[in-house]
Amino acid sequence: MERDTHFVTGVYEDEDVLLHAIKEVRSSGIKIHEVYSPYPVHGIDDYLGYKRSKLPIAAFLFGLLGTTLALTMQYYMMAFDWPMIIGGKDYGAFPDFIPVTFELTVLLASFGMVGVFMVSTDLKPWAQPRIFDLRITDDKHVMAIDIANNSAIELAKIEEILKSSGASEVNKKSFE
Amino acid sequence: MAHDVQHYNLDQKFDFTAATKKIVFTVLGIGAALLVLGIVMAIFGGGHEEAAEAEGHAFHWYERLYANLWINNVYFTGIAIIGVFFFAIQYAAQAGWSTAIIRVMLSLGNWLPIAGILMIVTFFIANHDLFHWTHAYLFDKASPEYDSIIDGKGSFFYWPMAKGTFPVFYIFRMVLFFGFWVFFFKKFQSFTYNEDIIGGTTNWYKIRSWSAFFLIFFAVSSSIAAWDWVMSIDTHWFSTLFGWYVFSSWFVAGLSAITLITMFLKSKGLLEMVNENHVHDLGKFIFGFTIFWTYLWFSQFLLIYYANIPEETVYFVERLSSDIYGPFIFVNIAMNFVLPFLLLMTRDSKRHGVFLKLVCALIIAGHWVDFFLMVQPGTLGHNGGVGFMEVGMFLIYGAAFTFVVLSGLAKGNLVPKNHPMLEESYNHHI
Repeated sequence: MERDTHFVTGVYEDEDVLLHAIKEVRSSGIKIHEVYSPYPVHGIDDYLGYKRSKLPIAAFLFGLLGTTLALTMQYYMMAFDWPMIIGGKDYGAFPDFIPVTFELTVLLASFGMVGVFMVSTDLKPWAQPRIFDLRITDDKHVMAIDIANNSAIELAKIEEILKSSGASEVNKKSFE
Repeated sequence: MAHDVQHYNLDQKFDFTAATKKIVFTVLGIGAALLVLGIVMAIFGGGHEEAAEAEGHAFHWYERLYANLWINNVYFTGIAIIGVFFFAIQYAAQAGWSTAIIRVMLSLGNWLPIAGILMIVTFFIANHDLFHWTHAYLFDKASPEYDSIIDGKGSFFYWPMAKGTFPVFYIFRMVLFFGFWVFFFKKFQSFTYNEDIIGGTTNWYKIRSWSAFFLIFFAVSSSIAAWDWVMSIDTHWFSTLFGWYVFSSWFVAGLSAITLITMFLKSKGLLEMVNENHVHDLGKFIFGFTIFWTYLWFSQFLLIYYANIPEETVYFVERLSSDIYGPFIFVNIAMNFVLPFLLLMTRDSKRHGVFLKLVCALIIAGHWVDFFLMVQPGTLGHNGGVGFMEVGMFLIYGAAFTFVVLSGLAKGNLVPKNHPMLEESYNHHI
């Protein structure tokens, strides 16, 4: 993946201003690269026009895998590999298997979900995240706009729109 | 973002129109017709069973009627008290999202006074036919039918009177529970409607304090009510989580009732403030507590099944090995766990009415089956089953319940217009 290197960033002080700004910036035709904020801003996905995450589907499938795996494993062990009578029940006593099945379903669903999340968001331990502004970990919201991606609009125009949308600062940020 | 809640008509009232009443009464009529049909069939069709009865006790058709009365009494009492309970939870937790539908929850409590009267009357009419422990000979050491186990439990019903006489303690609890539940319901009602008039936060604080007391009382009383009204039918048998199990069954059914009434009001163009976000939250509650119910049902089953102690397994043997009740165990699991779990799993199904309404109706019928399975095997044995009488009685109770609740709802404003958290409810977004 080619990494773009030049960005314009708008710094916002308030989340309501930010949400309005996102609306304004998007309606003026500028594509927003990403918005960073120190805490989850409610409803920001809708403003950014993000599609709903497909993570729940992954979770469901991993859960299903867990259920299948647990039942197969227990049936194989208890009824075929080393049949054993426990508590006077049949070899393949279905109710006995439910607690383990439940646990494995939850385990695989959650681990699978975390794994898929990390892969899909590129959150690997050796990843080097781009920090657009150190203050996003403190008290500022930062909107990053990829210059190359918005070549149709003049740079000065982008900066002006950011300013007028309520940004307290407009900065440039380049990455190696 | 519009933050202004005032452009809604906050003085909207639910108008219980003649057309709606007609639907309710039609259901009531169908129920009554089915009930009569069921009774007639039981009277004229039950002969062969009486002949086959090996034990001394002959079966009478009215025992089945009593059992049905009892199933629906317990079930609809539960739905009603869950309305008040969920209302109190909102205040105790200082929840804001639910403010717009808080009176829908409370309105379920309108059924409580009637439920209390029905419960006591049914108990006195049906006592020997429903409750084995009401027989005096069980406590008489001289009698050949003396039962030392029930004798040991006798004080729980008869204290301070002699065992086998009048169940003072049992009746006392029944009156106490209904008395306090109705008392709390009326208190909440007067506070919340008083808020419409005087405004301010006084009433909110009052309800919050009373809610805390109610929740403590309800925690104890709901559990004991489950032992008294349901578990004591199988007098020898006991289960330590039975109170929770009955509560969870009530809770899911009550949440479904709240959701259905909310959806109904929305379809009439009322409760404008309520949007898919509120409905989504109700859906999540139903989804979550469906799993909670399954967890308790299965915990009760698994421990009994695994430990395999005869005095405990008798409960499930009675049900699972019966031709009549056996299939219903699986119907119960399918209606109350498998289907709601799969149907409500996605976000869209919880946000868009059609699915949710379907699941709510399914759950309300499903938990009736749950109570059917708790009551009938112990009272009717192999003379029970789901027939016209069961369906008829369920429809009668359902219609009467709906009528009482909707009439109660029509008395005041639908939305607590001076509630301090109305704004929060309006802006609720998930």
